[in-house]
Amino acid sequence: MSSAATNSATSLAALRGVEKTFPNGTQALAGLDLEVRTGEFLSLLGPSGCGKSTALRIVAGLTEPTQGAVEWAAPAARAQSGSRIGFVFQEPTLMPWTDVFNNVRLPLKLAGTPADKAAARVEAALERVGLQNFRDNYPRELSGGMRMRVSIARALVTEPALLLMDEPFAALDEITRFKLNDDLLAMWQALRTTVVFVTHSVFESVYLSNRIAVMAARPGRVFAELAIDAPYPRDANFRTSAEYAAFCRRTSEALARAMAAGGEP
Amino acid sequence: MKSLVIRSRERALRVALPVIVLALGLAIWEAAVRIEAIPPYVLPAPGLVLRTLVADWSVLSQSLLETLKTTVEGFLLAAIGGFGLAVLFNQSRFVEYSLYPYAVILQVTPVIAIAPLLLVYLQQPTAVLVCAWIVAFFPVLANTALGLNSVDRNLVDLFSLYGASRIQVTWNLKLPSALPYLLGGLRIAGGLSLVGAVAAEIAAGSAGAGSGLAFRIMESEYRLNIPRMFAALLLLSVAGIAIFYLLAFVNYMALRRWHESALEGER
Repeated sequence: MSSAATNSATSLAALRGVEKTFPNGTQALAGLDLEVRTGEFLSLLGPSGCGKSTALRIVAGLTEPTQGAVEWAAPAARAQSGSRIGFVFQEPTLMPWTDVFNNVRLPLKLAGTPADKAAARVEAALERVGLQNFRDNYPRELSGGMRMRVSIARALVTEPALLLMDEPFAALDEITRFKLNDDLLAMWQALRTTVVFVTHSVFESVYLSNRIAVMAARPGRVFAELAIDAPYPRDANFRTSAEYAAFCRRTSEALARAMAAGGEP
Repeated sequence: MKSLVIRSRERALRVALPVIVLALGLAIWEAAVRIEAIPPYVLPAPGLVLRTLVADWSVLSQSLLETLKTTVEGFLLAAIGGFGLAVLFNQSRFVEYSLYPYAVILQVTPVIAIAPLLLVYLQQPTAVLVCAWIVAFFPVLANTALGLNSVDRNLVDLFSLYGASRIQVTWNLKLPSALPYLLGGLRIAGGLSLVGAVAAEIAAGSAGAGSGLAFRIMESEYRLNIPRMFAALLLLSVAGIAIFYLLAFVNYMALRRWHESALEGER
């Protein structure tokens, strides 16, 4: 199956001339232009401090840009952003005082979804991440990888049009990360959602994405955009292919140029 | 396996050692009183204190109930008042800035100095209760306020992403986050409300209308009934211990599934 997503160029949302200056005077982003296309898997790749996370938070509406704006293709998408956007943080960010089921149910509960309807959707989301047998466990009883799966299930339970992920696997070991990468791609293809994925790993971004936006720092901006035109599904064979290695080399070179352009901290 | 043995041995030691110290202390005390023939109005032997406790049980149990009643009422009012104020402060900076300094003033002024003044204006039972409340409410307020402000920032973002209302944030996020802190405050407040009740009873003692344990201690002192003084003191001490462990148990039951402080066993 080759991805139809790369070809469909309809825009879901676009950051236009976004600038963000924090109250302490730090300029995190300036002149950031970035389009998010419907159905694509887009990675924001850059060194730490280049404003990747800030850009993601602006898309989510968690913080307002100082200049510029986020333009949404369908105005309704922004209006109902509560259920149209899923967000996965770097930490699992679960509520420790309640079990897996209630953690995943949270977005539905806040939206006032009736309990019986919510229960079915929570079960479905848990099954999607392979945790249907852990609904009654508390977060502390799970491993780091499982907690992150709960976090992903919670983000997907509202069936969002846009899934935003802020270095979600950075704190996990490599074996767990590879497995979650594969599972994430499978979910992305099954749900046909759009993903914006922040990472500082060249290898992870190439493996996952249709498209990579390489960012430079001081101030944060998009330095280069690369298309990764390899077909999905991607698996361990892709990870060891010459094609993958070539994409990684090109991406690494772009990142190196971006870092040179960003200057030394 | 080995660590399990060491752990259970350590647990046994933690119980056994204080008991041994207590038994030794009591034995020395009893022996000293007998050998030196110290009269009971100077220092009663532990055996005599226990016999007095049994003999005067009808009087002392009445007083114990009286003091416990004040303590529990003061504690409940402190819990409700401290918690309510903390939530109010958290909702409105305006209210917090207006009232917080006075809460601190109430806390730092020694209750034993406030009690006589309260007795001028209030009926004695009310004054005693107010004293218990004054000492006990602040730890609940301070701890709960800290808890309400110690919410995971990412969870706050998550709630705002899903358009949670203020009430939803408070009920589903802030209050559960603050629970361990609230319970910590309550554990301190439990002991303090007993202190407050006793301090007020002692301040009221000279007025003579009371019937709580602290009043019995004052009364026994005037009558040189030192064994009964010790017996009343013993009851106060046992009441304090019981309150502490009861609240510790509540704390454990509420937090055992999720909070670091209540987790036990291997990781």
